[in-house]
Amino acid sequence: MRDYFIQGSYIIASVLFILGLRSLTRPDKARSGMQLAAVGMLFAIAGTLFNHTIIDYRWITGGLILGIVIGYPMGMWVPMTAMPQRIALSLTFSALAATLVGVAEYYTDITSGTVPSHFKMGALGFEIMLGAITVGGTLVAAGKLQEWLTSKPVTYKGQNLVNGLFFLGIIGLLVYTIIDPSQQWAFYTMIAGSFLFGIMLVIPIGGADMPVVVALLNSYSGLASCATGFAIGNVILIISGALDGASGFILSLLMSKAMNRSFTNVLFGAFGGETVAASGKSSAGLTVRSISVEDAAIQLAYAQLVIVIPGYGMAVAQAQHVVRELSELIEKRGGEVKFAVHPVAGRMPGHMNVLLAEANVPYDKLYDMDEINSEFDRADVALVIGANDVVNPAARNDKSSPIYGMPILDADHAKSVIVLKRGMAAGFAGIENELFYDRRTSMLFGDAKTSLTALVGEIKNV
Amino acid sequence: MAILELYVFVLAAFVGYMVISRVPPLLHTPLMAATNAISGISLVGSLIAAGAANNRVATMLGFVAVVCATSNIVGGFLITDRMLKMFKSGNAKKGSAAPAESAKT
Repeated sequence: MRDYFIQGSYIIASVLFILGLRSLTRPDKARSGMQLAAVGMLFAIAGTLFNHTIIDYRWITGGLILGIVIGYPMGMWVPMTAMPQRIALSLTFSALAATLVGVAEYYTDITSGTVPSHFKMGALGFEIMLGAITVGGTLVAAGKLQEWLTSKPVTYKGQNLVNGLFFLGIIGLLVYTIIDPSQQWAFYTMIAGSFLFGIMLVIPIGGADMPVVVALLNSYSGLASCATGFAIGNVILIISGALDGASGFILSLLMSKAMNRSFTNVLFGAFGGETVAASGKSSAGLTVRSISVEDAAIQLAYAQLVIVIPGYGMAVAQAQHVVRELSELIEKRGGEVKFAVHPVAGRMPGHMNVLLAEANVPYDKLYDMDEINSEFDRADVALVIGANDVVNPAARNDKSSPIYGMPILDADHAKSVIVLKRGMAAGFAGIENELFYDRRTSMLFGDAKTSLTALVGEIKNV
Repeated sequence: MAILELYVFVLAAFVGYMVISRVPPLLHTPLMAATNAISGISLVGSLIAAGAANNRVATMLGFVAVVCATSNIVGGFLITDRMLKMFKSGNAKKGSAAPAESAKT
């Protein structure tokens, strides 16, 4: 009887999870959909508490309370600009939870004298290996995003070879434990090795490639959860793990397409790690035109269509609220403002959208690259705020450039381009941006927030 | 038994693919937060590990897993809700007057 109740609550939870994710296809229905999913989660937890194998509730209560204490600030107090590292950290938690449950299961079996079946050992081993890799990887990712670790790629010669061999070693240990699950040393060595491997995998990746990494780690964590479900025979874990894994997988495919890297190139950790070859072009002999706030304000004030291109620099400068002010001002004067969001702008998928939404920019002004690229031809001004590689025409023209082939925003098709930048330092890929030297581009140097605030002030005077 | 589970996996993966490929890039960050919150379902396994009182080690590991999974659930659903609250369309905004143009720092 109790079992039926438990299984029933799991079915309800599965349905609500799927409906919740589906509601994310429409911004207006999304919030209520996810709230329903939360109810589903409560059902599943309540159901589990009735499981007859649970006989001691003390640690559970303690764990739940501590979890709420940690989770609440992570949900309510983390600012949107720190979203990428927060997501990376919560991926650490979810991978850790899956890994520990797997280890507990193995330990319980072994110490009570039963050797797990090959199938169960396979699922457990796979899940723990993947989980440990994800824990290592997400910790490094979170550290890099928070800039506690260097966001530059950390590489050394022969790194891919070392990584490859190490991985083979881990796989070897995995196979060994499946063949003979009683060999505990192999099991525990595999876990330690996987954790190290996760670190080694993400260390060579530069900040700009983080969106793909985070999405990929998301799918690994989902797969680990899924494998846990196979190992302990829990169907709802399989379902939510599959949903999670699919989501991460799709996102990382989208990201790598947006950066024009093949997915296998991404999978084998070669991304961001290649020593950055200098592109054939140098900036010797070229000059940039800098513009004053007053002149930029005039351009913006009289523009019919302004397309704003936000980038990581806008996030760093916390300029999203002033951007909204500026766009409202332009619209009050009869102009139209649209925001062009490149898929890999920022440090994680959709990062710019969330920042702008937080600043109260209505979401129907936020356009993807495919939707907006054709509009640059009729734009009077393309306003580039802290974005660099996503508007670099070298991706179109320069075969020797590391970013060649990456789809970009056609900012150079606009009648005039104004770039807000702190200085002439190169962006993450370390290459020159031809857009800056184009004859219709002018640079407005300074911190984005300061420049934008000054622009707002000037436009009011025009 | 394992075959049934495999069926479930395949079907769930299909559903996942079809549902998620329709989420617009606009909502990709809330999507990551949402899938993260949902992954907190591993709490189910952690609760059993922490409560079955099989042995000390398993209970300890289960305890840590419960903490991790719970903070993901609480934090994850809260932050997803917080983010989704912020996405307003232009139609909704026309009703309210534009907020005072005092510079927000």
